[in-house]
Parts: sequence; structure tokens; C-alpha cells
Amino acid sequence: MLLRHTDKEIKERSALTVNPAKTCQPIGAMYAALGIHNCLPHSHGSQGCCAYHRSTLTRHYKEPVMASTSSFTEGASVFGGQANLLEAIQYIFTVYNPDVIAVHTTCLSEVIGDDIPQILARAREDGEIPEGKYVIHCNTPSFVGSHVTGFANMVKGMVHYFAESGGKKLDQINIIPGWVEPSDMREIKRLAREMGVTTVMFPDTSDVLDAPLTGRHQFYPKGGVTVKELQSIGDSMGTIALGHFASSAAAEALDAKCNVPYEILDIPYGLLATDRFIDTLRRMAKVEVPESINAERGRLVDAISDMQSYFYGKRVALFGDPDQLVALSEFLVTLNMRPVYVVTGTPGKKFEEQMSRVLEEIPEAKFKQAGDIYLLHQWIKNEPVDLLMGNTYGKFIARDEDIPFIRIGFPILDRIGHSYFPTVGYIGALRLVEKILGAIMDRQDRDCPEESFELVM
Amino acid sequence: MRKIAIYGKGGIGKSTTTQNTVAALAEMGKKVMVVGCDPKADSTRLLLGGLAQKSVLDTLRDEGEDVDLDAVMRNGFSGTLCVESGGPEPGVGCAGRGIITSINLLEQLGAFEEDKELDYVFYDVLGDVVCGGFAMPIREGKAQEIYIVVSGEMMAMYAANNICKGIVKYAEAGGVRLGGLICNSRKVDNERQMIEELAKRLGTQMIHFVPRDNMVQKAEINRKTVIDYDPGHPQADEYRTLAKRIDENDMFVIPKPLSIEALENLLIEFGIAN
Repeated sequence: MLLRHTDKEIKERSALTVNPAKTCQPIGAMYAALGIHNCLPHSHGSQGCCAYHRSTLTRHYKEPVMASTSSFTEGASVFGGQANLLEAIQYIFTVYNPDVIAVHTTCLSEVIGDDIPQILARAREDGEIPEGKYVIHCNTPSFVGSHVTGFANMVKGMVHYFAESGGKKLDQINIIPGWVEPSDMREIKRLAREMGVTTVMFPDTSDVLDAPLTGRHQFYPKGGVTVKELQSIGDSMGTIALGHFASSAAAEALDAKCNVPYEILDIPYGLLATDRFIDTLRRMAKVEVPESINAERGRLVDAISDMQSYFYGKRVALFGDPDQLVALSEFLVTLNMRPVYVVTGTPGKKFEEQMSRVLEEIPEAKFKQAGDIYLLHQWIKNEPVDLLMGNTYGKFIARDEDIPFIRIGFPILDRIGHSYFPTVGYIGALRLVEKILGAIMDRQDRDCPEESFELVM
Repeated sequence: MRKIAIYGKGGIGKSTTTQNTVAALAEMGKKVMVVGCDPKADSTRLLLGGLAQKSVLDTLRDEGEDVDLDAVMRNGFSGTLCVESGGPEPGVGCAGRGIITSINLLEQLGAFEEDKELDYVFYDVLGDVVCGGFAMPIREGKAQEIYIVVSGEMMAMYAANNICKGIVKYAEAGGVRLGGLICNSRKVDNERQMIEELAKRLGTQMIHFVPRDNMVQKAEINRKTVIDYDPGHPQADEYRTLAKRIDENDMFVIPKPLSIEALENLLIEFGIAN
């Protein structure tokens, strides 16, 4: 019993988090920055931050993650990090030659109050930013929000630094995918292509963090949104922002800056959210939904209706990031399952608003923003569930409580698959259906009495 | 060895008062070290005759963590030892962190060790206790005694009261105590009585009333303390008295900070309103 200290009795806690369901802002900023082509993320702080953020991303994506750091020392903490950042910029453009350096801050540089725009202005004045190269930034204090906030901040930074209005509208739609896997970004682009819509996706980590092994190391893999594409987002017909927490800030900023209308949708997990995504894309780009996509949808509906007796009434506990949880819970309700406990570590009242809408028909459901995995475990101890869904940290609860467990979200440190197979779209929903059924049926096969052991299910 | 921290509102005359008092203690034959905890690094210029030593943090930045104590410590008037923490230029970095770094480094370097045979260490700290860094000199194991330089001006008294709140916090956890208020006169009406009353209400004493005298400014222009510049001047005796009272002081208390209303009432009672 690895979590034997988890107490069944729930006490009000105000100052203590146990087993957090979130991580540092800069991890999100770093992940977003990797979705720009030829971009080197730069961590403005001490080395340890950068090392931790890189290694967490590497453990999840199983890919090398390149990033540089201002390497604060005691002196930099007192005198400010300007000298370090200026030297870093000069060094990075000389040695690593990216198109873009994406600077994010850390707790240390935030607390001492380093003014990044002022330092970047100085670097420009000194001629340290070569022609056609860019340094962008966002602020990512980890004592505010979570890794999702950091992701949102960096995407907003892209808008702030790159979006321009050229005057002439382009026949393209912006898609801000939110914090999803590279495989998901690839799938969203495929769906848009299938509908004949030209899109600019930012950030786009496909072919960056799922790059093929070719025998030749590429410091900057071929994927990622290009600077030229980013400079064109201000002239797009509209923006579809997926996930309120990860994407709305950038969409709003783009509208404010370049008058690009936007719609904020849920991440297209499951049937209904994918329907809304496809329909919004259809309306915004003024296209028809092709038969091929209808057929994908039909196959998903078929699988759900074939297997609905296995889903019915199953109690599910979930934890992770708010945008994922909202969409996933909705899909579970579609499947006639009962998402009874939902916890995110990311703070934000919006989450509770969204969940109370999604879980309207599940009166016994409990959900919490700024919660932790300990609380989720306590709820489970009080009244068990049939299935647990969340990132790798859920495996401790799954083992102790003997609950079937599906890994979804960030980080997944102990399984593969998320990098290759999408969870979004109708195909992604089919994968979810397959995984959920697999977990439930395996459990039935394991636990049922001999006389009920079924060959055909 | 007694470790003393001097606090007070910015511009109240902390550095001047500290250096004059230190000069008087040195004259009495005491071995004194002054640690300036102000980014401007001007807490020891009167003792050093204007000679600026390299600050601890500048040395740390230029030479790394292998700082040599001799590189940052200078001998000043009558054998006093002078160190400046230094810090970032205005508007950047973190001066508070600078003080923490500097004091830790001085301890590591053995600046306060027995072989120095110090009788006193004075920390001259910038302004108010605005953050944790500026409270570093009064953390556990650092200064045990605090004197607050104050005048009869409203904001100076307000700052003194605020500093007392900081002291209470550290006094409860550690051993730091308030030794008294030093009134550096601004020639406000009823100033002596008002500060005596403020001291009483805070639960402490006004350890000395230093009258205003242009001799202080005159000595300063000549980069000297009054004791050094004109030892026979009556103002020099004022500092000698202050030094003697600090040397003989045995009243160390945890202050009782006043509410804003109580502080304002004090002002109304004693002066401005009359």
C-alpha cells in the first residue's frame, strides 16, 4: 500500500496540497514554444528549473527537448538577470542559430522583478538580434496558475510578438489546439484538410515531439508553425481556440490586436465536442462536411451503440488538466458512464462552471478546481469507482485500490502510445472507447465467477 | 561581542548617527565593525574618510564565490573595521537578496569570529523593513539589539512603529530585542517629549536626544565624523553620550507597536495640533 497514509476522513485543507494535480508554468511555456519551427525555448532563471522542465517533457514525449537557460547565480539573483540574458541571446544566435528564442521566466526572475521587454529592447539596441531573427517572451511565475497557464501565456506571447494585420484577409482559419499531444495536433490538421480548409495551427508540436528516427539527428526537427505563418494569423478569417484554459487568452489577444473573430470550443474529445469542432470549422470556412468524415463519425456511433451495455452506469474518477477533463467528462456522459469525481490542480472558477454544465445529469458528481490527487483518493475511499482516468500519478491509487486505470493527460511517464495515436476527433474517440472497454472487460474477465466467464463479449 | 542593528526611515540620519556613535565607541577603546546594508554603499564613508572599499556583492559578482575577506574589509577611523554589502543599481535585481547573500558570505568568511576580538558589530540597514532581506540582520543568531533612529516628524514615527512590527515577529522566534529610540532632532515642536512618550508607549526608552547641529554637516562634507573632525565640539560630546548609553544599556524589550489611531493621537496631543 504505497498510499497507506491516505485517510478516509476528509478534512478541510487550506494551506496544504498533497500529490498535486498540476506542475510548473514554464513546462507549458516550453512545450508551446517547441511548437514553433526552429525555436529554442529559453528559461530565464537558475539551471535547475530548466533541467526539470526539459526532463519532464522528455519523459512524456520520449524525445530530446532542447532548451537553454540564463543560469542564474547568486550574483544574478541580486543584480538582476539582464547581463545573463543578453549574453545568452548573443551566444544562442551564434552557436545554435534558431529563428526564434522563446524566453519564459521562472519564480526567481519573477520575484526579483526582471523586466524582460526592457532587456529585449536593450538586446535589439545593441544589435544582438540578427535580421530576420526573433526573441519573444512570456511571464511564467509558477506560484500562479499551473503548467496550463504557462502554455496559455506562451501562445499569447506568439500573438503579441508576431501577429500583424496586412489589410487583406487570407482564406485560412487559425486553430489554437490547446495542450494536446503532437498526434492530436496532426489529427486536427488532417480533419481540416479532409474538409478542404487551410489552417494555421499554433503551436504545432507534430513532427517536433514525435519526430521519426531517421538515423540523422536534427537539432530543430521539421515540424512547428513557422514565423511566416505566425505573421499571417492576423489576416485569417477566424480563430478556433480549443480549450478555455489553454487557448482563450491567445484568441482574445488576437481579436483585440487584429480583429480576428474567434470561437472558444472544448478540446474535441468524444462525439459531441468533435461535432461542435467540425461544425464550427464548416461555418467559419464556409465548406461542406465531406462524406469521409461522416463515415468516421458513423463508425464511432456504431461502436458506442454495440457496446453500450458495458459502459452503462460505470462510475469513473478523473484528474488532470481542466480543458481535457471538461471534454472527457462530456464524452463519458455520452457513453452513459458516470464521471463522479473530477479534480484538477489548475485553479480557475471557470472549471467548476463548465463541469456543473457537463455533469448536470450526474447529481452525485463531485468536482474541484485547485484540488489535489489526495482528495480524489479520499473520495474514492469513501465510495469506490469502476475506473480511474488520469496521468501516470494515478497508478498509485489504481494499485492500492485495485481499480482499472487508463492513462490520459500530462505527464504519462510509464507507457507509450499517446505520442502516436490521437485522442481527438472521431478516430480519437474510438481509441478512447477501445481503451475504456479494454479496461472494463479485462476486469470482468479477471473477477467474474467461472460460470459467467464469457468467450464472446 | 554585541551585534547591533540600526533601523529607521530613509534619510533620517542612520548612517551619520551610526558612524559618529561608532567613532565614539572606538575612541573609548572598543573594537567595532560596521556592516553597511544599503545598496548605495555609503554607510562607512565618514569612518573611511571618503575612501570607498569594494562592496561584498561587487566582489562576489566580479570574482565569484572565492571572496577574500581582506578585499572587502577596510580599516577606518581609530581601528574600526568597515564593510559594505552593496547591491544592485536602483530599479533592478533584488537588494533584499543582496543583504542575505552578503551577510551569509561574511559569516562564511569568518568576519565575526573570535580572533577578530570584536566588541561590537553594527549593521546599518536601509530604510524600512520592506521585505525578508532587510530583516536579515535581525534573524536568529545575527543582531540581538536594535536601535531605531527617529525624529518628531510624522513619517519618521510611522516608520519607527512599522519597524517595531518587524521586530516583534523576529523577537518572538529569536532573541532580538529593541534597545531604544535614538532621536535625531529635526527641531520639531515638543520633539523630545513626544519621542519620550512614543518610546514609553512602545515599551522602550529614548536612549538619547541628539540635537541638530550644523557641525554634523560640516564634518560630513569633510568626509569625517564629528569626533574625528572636531573632537572638542559639543556635538561630539552628544555622540559620546549616546555611545556610553548604548554601552551601558540594559533595557532590552520586545516592543508593543501602536495602532495608527494611537500614533496619530500622540501627534495631536504633543505638537502639531497645538
